[in-house]
Amino acid sequence: MGAANADKYKSDGTAAGGLLEWVDARFPLLSLWNDHLAKYYAPKNFNFWYYFGSLAMLVLGLQIITGIFLTMHYKPDASLNASGIPAAFASVEYIMRDVPWGWLIRYMHSTGASLFFIIIYLHMFRGMLYGSYRKPRELIWIFGVLIFLMLMAEAFLGYLLPWGQLSYWGAQVIVNMFTAIPVIGPDFALLLRGDYVVSDATLNRFFALHVVAIPLALIGLVAAHIMALHEVGSNNPDGIEIKKKKGPDGIPLDGIPFHPYYSVKDLVGVVVFLMVFAIVIFFMPEGGGYFLEYNNFFPADPLVTPSHIAPLWYFSPYYSILRANTVNFFWIDAKLWGVIFMGLGVMIFFFLPWLDRSPVKSIRYRGPLFKGALVIFVASFLILGVLGTLPATPGLTMIAQICSILYFAFFLLMPIYTSLDKCQPEPERVTG
Amino acid sequence: MKKLFLVLLTATLLVPWLAQAAATDVRLDKAPDLSRNMAALQNGAKVFVNYCLNCHSASYYRYNRLTDIGLTEGQIKDNLLFTADKIGEPMTIAMRRAEAKEWFGVAPPDLTLIARARTSKAGSGADWLYTYLRSYHRDDSRPTGWNNLVFPNVGMPHVLWELQGEQVLGPDHKLVLAKPGTMQPAEFDTMVADLVGFLNYIGEPMANFRKELGVIVLIFLFVLFIFSYALKREYWKDIH
Amino acid sequence: MSCDDKVDCGRRRLLVATATVGGVAGVAAAIPFVSTFAPSERAKSAGAPVEADISKLAPGQMMTVEWRGKPVWIIHRTKEMLDSLTKLDDKMADPMSSRPMQPGYAKNEFRSIKPEYMVAIGICTHLGCSPTEKFKTGAESGVTDDWQGGFFCPCHGSIFDLAGRVYKSMPAPDNLEIPPHVYLSDAKILIGEDKKGA
Repeated sequence: MGAANADKYKSDGTAAGGLLEWVDARFPLLSLWNDHLAKYYAPKNFNFWYYFGSLAMLVLGLQIITGIFLTMHYKPDASLNASGIPAAFASVEYIMRDVPWGWLIRYMHSTGASLFFIIIYLHMFRGMLYGSYRKPRELIWIFGVLIFLMLMAEAFLGYLLPWGQLSYWGAQVIVNMFTAIPVIGPDFALLLRGDYVVSDATLNRFFALHVVAIPLALIGLVAAHIMALHEVGSNNPDGIEIKKKKGPDGIPLDGIPFHPYYSVKDLVGVVVFLMVFAIVIFFMPEGGGYFLEYNNFFPADPLVTPSHIAPLWYFSPYYSILRANTVNFFWIDAKLWGVIFMGLGVMIFFFLPWLDRSPVKSIRYRGPLFKGALVIFVASFLILGVLGTLPATPGLTMIAQICSILYFAFFLLMPIYTSLDKCQPEPERVTG
Repeated sequence: MKKLFLVLLTATLLVPWLAQAAATDVRLDKAPDLSRNMAALQNGAKVFVNYCLNCHSASYYRYNRLTDIGLTEGQIKDNLLFTADKIGEPMTIAMRRAEAKEWFGVAPPDLTLIARARTSKAGSGADWLYTYLRSYHRDDSRPTGWNNLVFPNVGMPHVLWELQGEQVLGPDHKLVLAKPGTMQPAEFDTMVADLVGFLNYIGEPMANFRKELGVIVLIFLFVLFIFSYALKREYWKDIH
Repeated sequence: MSCDDKVDCGRRRLLVATATVGGVAGVAAAIPFVSTFAPSERAKSAGAPVEADISKLAPGQMMTVEWRGKPVWIIHRTKEMLDSLTKLDDKMADPMSSRPMQPGYAKNEFRSIKPEYMVAIGICTHLGCSPTEKFKTGAESGVTDDWQGGFFCPCHGSIFDLAGRVYKSMPAPDNLEIPPHVYLSDAKILIGEDKKGA
């Protein structure tokens, strides 16, 4: 305790200084500031890929703020109004037209959802490039995968709320996936919906989960993610531990204070991101039909299914894996296998820290086997993503099957190819 | 790393190519962009109110918003305000949906968002509407006596037939004008284009403002970028 | 802002400039969010001026129309009712209507544009209850023995005369509010707006 008190803020005599001293004596303001910003030493060689962590935080904040404002005007109500339009659907158009500036906030929220996934996918890819999931950062990675799972749940729940045709039928299809689970499946799906089809009851519970439950879990997980990160320190593009080389003052030689160096650097990243964000919001809010699907401008009609239901683009790789399974293995039918593989496709990320046996972390010092495997993995992920947005044909299904196998092979064969790989020696200190 | 980027890029380039392959085979005529042509939009509003608003509502669009396209409140009240008492009210209709369903088989959809909803890989929603409204032809097998090339077995009869005349399906599956209407074909196309322009406008009335604001926001963000980049350079000159 | 040797002046200037531009961006971004709290087009439409047809309103009668969710009274005052007003001046808290509870054109002896037609918002200026009409005079009214006709608020007992003026020493601080209104014709009043046209 004595040591902690020595770090407490001492007033410089001004009124503001006095207030700070008063607060710091009662709340660890200064130590929080130092631990996470001013005296958090980050490697000095962060590159382009390291912007996406802070951008993900920014977008989470934006989604929460815009979400709060949308909640003030949105009505989770599937009943039809006097013009025969579901109240939920009409309330979204009410936000778009009648609420002052509501259109901007709604487009920010819908665009933010898609950009969130772009950022998260790039952030995860960064982790795979530089081995950020390796010891001692396994827990950071696990919290990260949990955030990814929660984000998928959040996006799926939120997509029902506009109560358009794709909202409705997308929810119908995804909830029905759970009926594939033997024995309890059908009852579980019924419990999720609270009705025999997706209905007002479903809309209300999805709303509650989307605006309260999942965001709380997300905020908690993000806090855990960052606390774990700041406990062990950031990885870097060279994949070496900067804490191994410390100066006489105990500060890593290759470390620089996060604030001000990375706060000003991330500010540039934030501004560039905001420009991209603004381009989408102001000039292409539908994102070519990928961010806001055109069919979703028709209100939900439980009697008519649209001719082509595609999930939102950020789910489409996993949707492709689901559809690619057309074979009954053993005693389990193809439908259940599809659901199992789709689930495994996400869950398998949890095991990455233990599948990788390479002596080095960063792709810079890895051998050709890992580099090739990563290229094949990313390509098959992207192709699966494209296929998920298209109607299934026999030819495309075959491509999806091949890509699904490559996707899983990347993980399952990793212990083999990473131990066989010819790696280069890691440097002692970080490079450029 | 270079190779990796190359593969990523190629795979991403596949997206539009594959998407193109999946596009529908209906060829849509390009609707003219009238989003800033006030006279055309006003004419479109007039056509909409006279021909569409009896069966179709535009229930998210308020009459007083017509001031956006250059009409005064007095003009709206005197010429267009048929289905509401107050100028701030939306363009709803009196017809009950259950009755409408009985008459037409399906209830006529609300048209506020039709141009956005009908957008597809084949073309914009305006293109679809522009082609659809000009693709009616006689078909005695249908209860209404009309069918449509873009929307097969459509429930709506050809409301504008007196203006366009009667088209029939020729032997080569092309539309032929069998009986001329009160309008010349070019005149009719212009009127339909105005109507479609209006439908496109009410789909997102703030679209013009949105784009104008976007330019200002981007210019401002660019200034902020210059400052923040200079600041970053300034701080990072310490780091070697 | 002064610079001494210890701080880098160029850096500080840049920091201030960036913070300023960023701050402007932040404020600009906050405007749309705060604006969403303002009444929506739907609320504005519902709160739009309303027309009242007074051609069938007999002398001594009162009608109520709804404007912005509030009752607006229109009272066709008789000659006797108008005569009673001047007699009551010394009992009123604000007999000359000097407090701004009415538009300029209704700031007169009768608090109305045309003396015979009184237009007022029927909401007590105390805590928002709607007073009840007491047009009967004298003891019969149940208010006071020398009652000249007016309004009685059931919540806290404030009384008002037939021009909506509040009596002295009542819980209500002010006279009843007169809404903006205009005669479209002899038989039609537009409540909620001063100007013809719209």
